[in-house]
Amino acid sequence: MTAVLAPSTLAKPRLPRWAPFMVAVAAIAIGGLLGLLLSWGWVAMLIVAGLIYVFGLPAWSRVLEGPRTAADRLMTNVVWGAFVVVCVPLLWLLIMVIQKGAPHITGHFLTTSMRGVFGSMEGGILHAIQGTVVVTVAATIISVPIGLMTAVYLIEYGRGSRLAKVITFLVDVMTGIPSIVAGLFALALLVMFFGPAFRAGIGGAIALALLMTPTVVRSAEEMLRLVPSDLREASYALGVPKWRTIVKVVMPTAIGGIVTGVVLAISRVIGETAPLLVTAGYNDSMNGNLFSGRMTTLPVFIFNQYKTPGATGLGTNAGDPPGYARAWAAALVLIVIVMILNLIARIIGKIFAPKTGR
Amino acid sequence: MRRGRSALGDRIFAGLARTAGLLILVVLAGVFVFLLIQGLPGLSVDPKEYGQGFDTFWEYVGPLLFGTIFISLLALIIAVPFAVAVALFISHYAPRKLAVPVAYVIDLLAAVPSVVFGLWGGRALSQALKPVINWLGDYLNWIPLFKGPASPNGQTALTAALVLGVMILPIITAISREVFAQTPRLNEEAAIGLGATRWEVIRLAVFPHAKSGVIAGIMLGLGRALGETMAVTMVYSSSPKYMLNIIGDTSPQTIAANIANNYAEASIDKQHVLIAAGLVLFAFTFLVNFIARWAIGRGERKFAR
Repeated sequence: MTAVLAPSTLAKPRLPRWAPFMVAVAAIAIGGLLGLLLSWGWVAMLIVAGLIYVFGLPAWSRVLEGPRTAADRLMTNVVWGAFVVVCVPLLWLLIMVIQKGAPHITGHFLTTSMRGVFGSMEGGILHAIQGTVVVTVAATIISVPIGLMTAVYLIEYGRGSRLAKVITFLVDVMTGIPSIVAGLFALALLVMFFGPAFRAGIGGAIALALLMTPTVVRSAEEMLRLVPSDLREASYALGVPKWRTIVKVVMPTAIGGIVTGVVLAISRVIGETAPLLVTAGYNDSMNGNLFSGRMTTLPVFIFNQYKTPGATGLGTNAGDPPGYARAWAAALVLIVIVMILNLIARIIGKIFAPKTGR
Repeated sequence: MRRGRSALGDRIFAGLARTAGLLILVVLAGVFVFLLIQGLPGLSVDPKEYGQGFDTFWEYVGPLLFGTIFISLLALIIAVPFAVAVALFISHYAPRKLAVPVAYVIDLLAAVPSVVFGLWGGRALSQALKPVINWLGDYLNWIPLFKGPASPNGQTALTAALVLGVMILPIITAISREVFAQTPRLNEEAAIGLGATRWEVIRLAVFPHAKSGVIAGIMLGLGRALGETMAVTMVYSSSPKYMLNIIGDTSPQTIAANIANNYAEASIDKQHVLIAAGLVLFAFTFLVNFIARWAIGRGERKFAR
């Protein structure tokens, strides 16, 4: 015991440097022992060991170092512990998706649709990929000009005006519109003009555009704000009108950031399910026409396969119904697309890093 | 001539920009107006469209609104402690080299599509939670939340609340992280100078400064949880009832899940009913987001002073 107590001087005694290590070893030992005795799974063992560590070290510290240091140590442990716990679902999800989805991704899966697929036939997601691309491109075409021009108005024309303030506030509020409400809005709009049974890709595109626009406005606004006013003034001094200054000087300077923002906005809405479920519906076949017929997108495909996975096969096909395997594989494809979009956004952001003129 | 053309160009361009800005206002108003036009007939349809023996729209939407708020609050209770802790981790605890990748990983969590979260919750998390749910049903069934009988397949409202918690964590973390990082350096250093430990610095200098920002972040997280559809629809089977049991076979339904479950076989009247329910959801989330943004705005003014 004497080795544990540091020599007492004016300063309070401190735990030795190896204390955390000791407590960790003890926690793992106790957790493992309890787990073996009571035949827990390894998850329960880890949780118990973690809890013993998080609270054990502060308890020891409280005896030796006093309550203030103990509280500090406890919170340090809690914060680190929370971080570790939060990493668990992300890693778990990624591992599950790769493990369950990767074996099912074949050339056939990526190049056929679900047309005429029944029972345990493999099927494919080409129609869903096509639908996703068509709907997302349409949503981008609708939302980018509106979002960009709004940002131009907010930064170049309306600065400080009451209208600009109201728009900024409402754009913020718009980011919080539930995606299913966006879907219902598109549905209500189309139903009014084309009758109650109308379902088509364009409805999904309108809903996604509604969800994308605020993101585009926010990012474009921030990028335009970064453009130094020296550049604008230099252009005015040369007699260039304001609109040409914006198009030829301000926009090119900020283009990298704007494109990054747009790509990030696309990656955000490409995984939206609820609005497309309501507006574009589900379809087993290829459909490239935005304005007629139901159109499947990848997220809706995943949802549909999950809800109606089909019957389990007999004999060698027993086990999970075929729909689950398709859902996991499509989820993997979707995640890969989202990650690639994020990566592209990052690369563009790096290449066209804002030129601040200094 | 040249001067006139450029003035004309200027006027057109400025007009376009202004129109785009006004269009945003019009669209937001349009969302409200179109939902109202298509939803109002839903208030007075044949009562059998509401199902479950409800006589009026409000009897029908009441349990749904209760379910929406109930599940979202559960998700908040789960997510907030972790979100604030992770935000603190990034802003104050993690070594500099670790903080940036961790912030990136949390953003990654936000990038995972909700349908994938739903798939994971319905197929993976629910399986893993089975023993926990059974244990809660066996030993804690005196708490109304865990009254049971425990669902045998693990697909419960508790599972959904966990999934929702994971989904709203990134937004709360992102906002909290920013306000934590904005704590005036001098306040923190003054606390350190008085001999405060790191936790005391956070408690005495960081938290008081960041309170309104964190609350705003929580409200935004709540707004997201209220409108989330997939995680709830895919994870548990639900019915529009007032009940607190979250580990049973059925649990209170949310508005969003109700819409997603019923849109497919909806008659024209039912479609009006669903849109009206969506309008209620929209009004409620709008209110929550409005308060959140107002709190952030107030916080910003305070920082500026």
